[in-house]
Amino acid sequence: MTAVAARHRPHQVSHRVQRTFIHVGLVSAAFVMSYPLLWMTASAFRPSEQVLVEDSLWVSTPTLENFVNGWTSVAQTSFGTFFLNSLVISALAVLGNVLSCSLAAYAFARLRFPGRRVWFALMIGTIMLPYHVLLIPQYLLFNSLGWVDTFLPLVVPRFLATEAFFVFLLVQFFRLIPKDLAEAARIDGCGHARIFGQIMVPLAVPALATTAAFSFIWSWNDFLNPLIYLTSQGNYTVPIGLALFVDASGTSNYGGLFAMSLLSLLPVIGFFLAFQRLLLDGISTTGLK
Amino acid sequence: MAVTTARAHQRRRRPAGSGAGAVAGGGSHQRRPDQGWTETRRATLAGYLFLSPWLLGFFGITALPMLGSLALSFTNFSGSFSRMEWVGLDNYRIMFTVDPAYWGSVRVTLLYVLLSVPAMLVFALTVATLLNKGIRALGIYRTVFYIPSLLGSSVAIAVLWRFVWGESGLVNAVLGVVGIDGRSWIGNPDTALFTIMVLNVWTFGSPMIIFLAGLRQVPTELYEAAALDGAGRRARYWYITLPSISPVVLFNGILATIGGFQAFTQVYVVSGGTGGPAGSTLFYTLLLYQRAFTELRFGYASAMAWALLVVIAAVTAAVFASGRFWVHYGDGEER
Repeated sequence: MTAVAARHRPHQVSHRVQRTFIHVGLVSAAFVMSYPLLWMTASAFRPSEQVLVEDSLWVSTPTLENFVNGWTSVAQTSFGTFFLNSLVISALAVLGNVLSCSLAAYAFARLRFPGRRVWFALMIGTIMLPYHVLLIPQYLLFNSLGWVDTFLPLVVPRFLATEAFFVFLLVQFFRLIPKDLAEAARIDGCGHARIFGQIMVPLAVPALATTAAFSFIWSWNDFLNPLIYLTSQGNYTVPIGLALFVDASGTSNYGGLFAMSLLSLLPVIGFFLAFQRLLLDGISTTGLK
Repeated sequence: MAVTTARAHQRRRRPAGSGAGAVAGGGSHQRRPDQGWTETRRATLAGYLFLSPWLLGFFGITALPMLGSLALSFTNFSGSFSRMEWVGLDNYRIMFTVDPAYWGSVRVTLLYVLLSVPAMLVFALTVATLLNKGIRALGIYRTVFYIPSLLGSSVAIAVLWRFVWGESGLVNAVLGVVGIDGRSWIGNPDTALFTIMVLNVWTFGSPMIIFLAGLRQVPTELYEAAALDGAGRRARYWYITLPSISPVVLFNGILATIGGFQAFTQVYVVSGGTGGPAGSTLFYTLLLYQRAFTELRFGYASAMAWALLVVIAAVTAAVFASGRFWVHYGDGEER
């Protein structure tokens, strides 16, 4: 008995010491990683002239003036316009992805038709395709349709399920839904449209929410497409507006720049916190970013 | 598993279906076979209806444009089709032998991928391993480590990076404490690329989450058996943990590599669209963007895009092939 106890105790102590070390390590890593974000947040509430001087997180004279003068600091157009544009584009991207990707996923997961496996393989292949191969021909296509400087090039592809990652995610999810439900509905005379709308979609809400959240975040952060397609300031999205701000303010309005940067991140963080568990599950199963 | 069952099911049904066709041809007096036939047709029709948005997108926005860009890469197209000429392999020749910026951008991009992707994965795996020891506050750690992944591709973070690594930025403030007087990291051609690599490593959260999910699935019996055999902690990690999660390493490695080759936003914003200082952050994608959208050399840029596609495909295939030597799939499990 005593021998066993004696052997156990040092082990437990070292275990506890080890735990403490791990926590210390993780907390320091988390602190170092988050520091820039926290500093940015603090800087957004500091008078502009303090931003470059102050490295700590302490805000001695908090002010909201950065949000006021940052909002209107890009020539002629206010950030209100940029936010509205981003919101419209992102909302349409969410709608488009949820609709088109779930339709395609239902076909791949549940319907048996000739050619299905070939299409599925091609769909998976497009996930790996580097976007830059499509950039120029898509630009020429949308340009010839007269879509440049409209939201259409940013939105229409979302209604055609071109972000195949989501199709894959939804296929995985649909496959897990028991077949009996649909079979029963079929015997009762339901067509595929009703099975899809009344059985599959309600059961797939978690996967659809993951799709929606990532669609929003990707679309909100997207820089390359708006950079290429949106040419007049009134159509700019928040990232383009910010980039313009950086160029224009090579000068001094750092406070305003940080205030607008912070605002631009809030919707993403908000979406993440609201759907946290779903998103983390989504990443675990498919490697979404 | 689900797929296999479905396939077996289908195989069982098919002979019945063709038999039914023959019966129907010979004058049908039974309703069932006919119904079976329409059922298949209905499924086909429904399948293609459900698939139609994707099919339209696949052909209209992906496959045909892709072929279009291949065709363009053999022309000198610069915005007007009437003045377009077929130039054969000229674009590729210019790219590989004449364009002074080309090989520089290849070097920058390869350095970035070769250094920052492994660093990110090692970091992700290390943190995931620590988090997998059943520690408290796992949820909070996960969230804090993951958030940078969501924000990493945003312009706001790229803006922030310019300040963090600037002359009077946070990094130099920390170095100042230990007496090192740092210059601007962003403005120095020797260190500018390094700051972008750090930004990539900073987004290690998403591979970390995937590693964490993989680590949880390592069967505990394996560890117990190894412990009975007298294997130490390090041996267990090396001989059990790593082989067990090797498919996840492969998966993360491929995702991060493909993503690494396509990095754009951060470089664009950090360098103000120039790839400077002195071309030290002129990534391949940025050069491609400049050639296409500021110089309007669409034909040439298409050739660059195809070279990128070939390289990414080759690297991905090579990583997959190398997996044969180091990736272990659980017994009896098909890939």
